[in-house]
Amino acid sequence: MMTVFFVFLLIGTFMCQYRIMVGPTPPDRMVAIDIMGILVVGFCALYSVRTGREFYLYIAITWAILSFVGTLALAKFLEGRSFDE
Amino acid sequence: MSNHVAIGFITVGVIFDLLGCLGLVRLPDVYNRLQAATKSVTLGTCMVLFGVFLEFGFTAGGAKALLCILFVLLTSPTAAHALARGSHVSGFKLWEGSVMDKLEEDKGE
Repeated sequence: MMTVFFVFLLIGTFMCQYRIMVGPTPPDRMVAIDIMGILVVGFCALYSVRTGREFYLYIAITWAILSFVGTLALAKFLEGRSFDE
Repeated sequence: MSNHVAIGFITVGVIFDLLGCLGLVRLPDVYNRLQAATKSVTLGTCMVLFGVFLEFGFTAGGAKALLCILFVLLTSPTAAHALARGSHVSGFKLWEGSVMDKLEEDKGE
């Protein structure tokens, strides 16, 4: 049962990687990186259920925050402004 | 995994994730892709995390899963808004089948 969930999330991650490789404009690639970060959060949570160890949830929380910061930095870079505005 | 309600939540969430990524591949435009992928992947991941919370119960792990739901719900729409605004400001065009562009009208005034 858990294996089916992991396979579905892996298929979604491969779709994001297709968009990262193919995507015609830079914002497409940034969106795909953002979505892949959120998918990794769900993957870590499911892995903590499978192994019964709770520290994978720490990885999920940290990954959510770091993905948010990275996406904001990419968006500011895309907008063409400096970070202190 | 013995809790059937948790299995139901995780199943629906994973299906939402998969459909959001399908929208990321299939739709024609960066704004359409952002719209499809961000909403459904956020909802799907929150449902997966809620299923994990139901599986762990009211323990330390369940509390961490609830905290993670809070973080994902706060950060993901903010990041999507910043990306959409940044790509619009830096001049990436909409798909030619789009019918309205309110931000462009507001900037023209």
